[in-house]
Amino acid sequence: MKYVDEFRDAAKCRPLIEKIQQTVTTPRTIMEVCGGQTHGLLAHGIDEALRDCVRLLHGPGCPVCVTPAQIIDHAIQIAAQPDVIITSFGDMLRVPGNGESLLECRAAGGDVRMVYSPLDAVRLAQQEPDRQVVFLAVGFETTLPATALAVRQASQLMLTNFSLLVSHVRVQPAMELIMQEPGCLVEGFLAAGHVCAVSGYQSYRPFVERYRVPVVVTGFEPADLLTGILECVELIERQTPDVVNRYERSVRESGNSAAMALVREVYEECDQEWRGIGTIAQGGYQLREAYRDLNASLRFPIQDLSQQFFDVAASPCRAGDVLTGRIRPSECEHFGTTCTPHNPLGAPMVSTEGACAAYYRYAPPVSKTESPLP
Amino acid sequence: MIGDQCPLPGSGDGDRIQLAHGEGGRLMRSLLGEVIIPTLGNDLLAQAHDGCVLPTLNGPAVFTTDSYVVTPLLFPGGDIGKLAVYGTSNDLAVSGARPRWLSLSLIIEEGLSLSFLRRILQSIADAAREADVQVVTGDTKVVPRGAADGLFITTSGVGELMMPAPWPEGIQPGDAILVTGPIGRHGIAVLAARERLEMDPVPTSDTGALFPAVAALHEAGVPIHALRDCTRGGLTAVLHEWAHASRTTMIIEGSQVPVLPETRGLCELLGLDPFHCACEGTMAIALPADHVNHALQVLQSVNISASAVHIGEAVPRQISPVAVRRSLGQLVALDEPWGAPLPRIC
Repeated sequence: MKYVDEFRDAAKCRPLIEKIQQTVTTPRTIMEVCGGQTHGLLAHGIDEALRDCVRLLHGPGCPVCVTPAQIIDHAIQIAAQPDVIITSFGDMLRVPGNGESLLECRAAGGDVRMVYSPLDAVRLAQQEPDRQVVFLAVGFETTLPATALAVRQASQLMLTNFSLLVSHVRVQPAMELIMQEPGCLVEGFLAAGHVCAVSGYQSYRPFVERYRVPVVVTGFEPADLLTGILECVELIERQTPDVVNRYERSVRESGNSAAMALVREVYEECDQEWRGIGTIAQGGYQLREAYRDLNASLRFPIQDLSQQFFDVAASPCRAGDVLTGRIRPSECEHFGTTCTPHNPLGAPMVSTEGACAAYYRYAPPVSKTESPLP
Repeated sequence: MIGDQCPLPGSGDGDRIQLAHGEGGRLMRSLLGEVIIPTLGNDLLAQAHDGCVLPTLNGPAVFTTDSYVVTPLLFPGGDIGKLAVYGTSNDLAVSGARPRWLSLSLIIEEGLSLSFLRRILQSIADAAREADVQVVTGDTKVVPRGAADGLFITTSGVGELMMPAPWPEGIQPGDAILVTGPIGRHGIAVLAARERLEMDPVPTSDTGALFPAVAALHEAGVPIHALRDCTRGGLTAVLHEWAHASRTTMIIEGSQVPVLPETRGLCELLGLDPFHCACEGTMAIALPADHVNHALQVLQSVNISASAVHIGEAVPRQISPVAVRRSLGQLVALDEPWGAPLPRIC
């Protein structure tokens, strides 16, 4: 398969692993930002192959993990109203809010549907003129242009029964937050290739200037990941922090200008609550005033959720520590014992892109399996 | 669903299943006598009593049952009728039995077109001939519109045991693990059809009868430790079940596991793992390692298992029940999926 096989070729990957091993003078700490990269690293055993020379920290780039529980609660509340259809991406449906998940809401009678594209939700609104269709719009800059396109399309079609519950997030403010942490260990970043394909990577230049750490735009296949890591350790060792694009086949410096123009037309930056982390200044997007008619949070004002609120500080889940690289999932005392994908304490164990789920899936803890044979 | 697949009747309501078709009166008699029995016709079904008297078997009987609900009812490579025959026959075959007789229970949603039902019945008849089983008894219920999704089918099956039942407790460390063909085809074909994901080539289901492959192995004297068709949960579910039952660990060579390009393409796009996707005409086999070459030779001579390959082995129990060697040579644990796989966001 073109664009896949050549980037999974062991003959291409092994020399990269050796080169990384030869380059580092002392073990280096690198954070991959995106959940897709985390899964790639673990699924192909790259973290193990580099165990002695690179400590990989897993960043906050799992869109489902950082979507606030209150947004899910709100979506469930909306779904409970008559003649409403809630739609979202598949992975979003499984994550519980403060109470249940959208899948559980569906089992209880809510009309919750998985769509592959936000445009499918627009189509559904056209097909069901007597019902309100709400799309739960989550994700980073990767999903942003598609939801912006849905907004524009619904607006052009003058649909009065379509709206979005928006919880989009921006990746770079989260990286800044991590660098501002006292005692931050991160010596370099692998920037999320798909995000950069949309937004470009010019904006990382001031970031690198300010924090003096390299940022390497990196893809998702084993050879992509290893190439990104090699570039990153070379920059660290030479002490020449810079922004370098090693996902050349997909990413241009200016990104996808048509997509970003559409995004800017529809959305504006805002302070945003990140699940497990807290409010990040300019950490998200909201619909512009011109599109307020499509804003589901105005159309379906939130009812009193105080009954359901639970104290984040009281939750045993250490999602915030995991999402900011303070600990690895397996270093959490709950990992694999009181927290498993079947009985999760937090979103990173639920989502297929969550770092805890990746650790659990590809490197199950001993306690999860049967005891060894006598 | 009904509107999607069933053309509007040309001659009023005459072409639609009505509640009365399931209520024991004249309509029901004509449905049975003019449609169902003639299509599926055999001597045993023709007894048309409340029960069917079956001939004596030459060995212990194996009995199984399964229900079939699928959206859409027609998909590239098969339909719900084929699925209902092959699925239950395959459960018998992988139990070491020769499939002999099936019951057929139809739960029909009011409004289903009669010509569509005829088409499914013909498909059932064709599949039964192919799988060498007879439908000998059945039941028809019609439920009000909205109470079912077009058509639900339940088939139960009786087979004749022809070898020691190949239950996974018999798997030994050192056993070889084989699969009889490319994995994940059915799950991906149905997903693509249901979501109207336009792919070229179109993914097709592997729905088919596995008994000829089991029979060929048996007749060639190949010792079999375990057999299992990789249906819901795909190859992953089988490997986990085997690892638990035999208290071994399954080590799979990822590069050896056959996956068709169209299956892989869709999985890559949606972030799914072909290991977790269902098959309906592909099974996993565990057998002593020194019989692998003979077994492959036998399997490859049978249509349904023509692309059988050796994919791994059972070893004494390690921490993970199932591990796959990925492209860089690292062994990576393969976890069981939680429910149906859902596509990732980006």
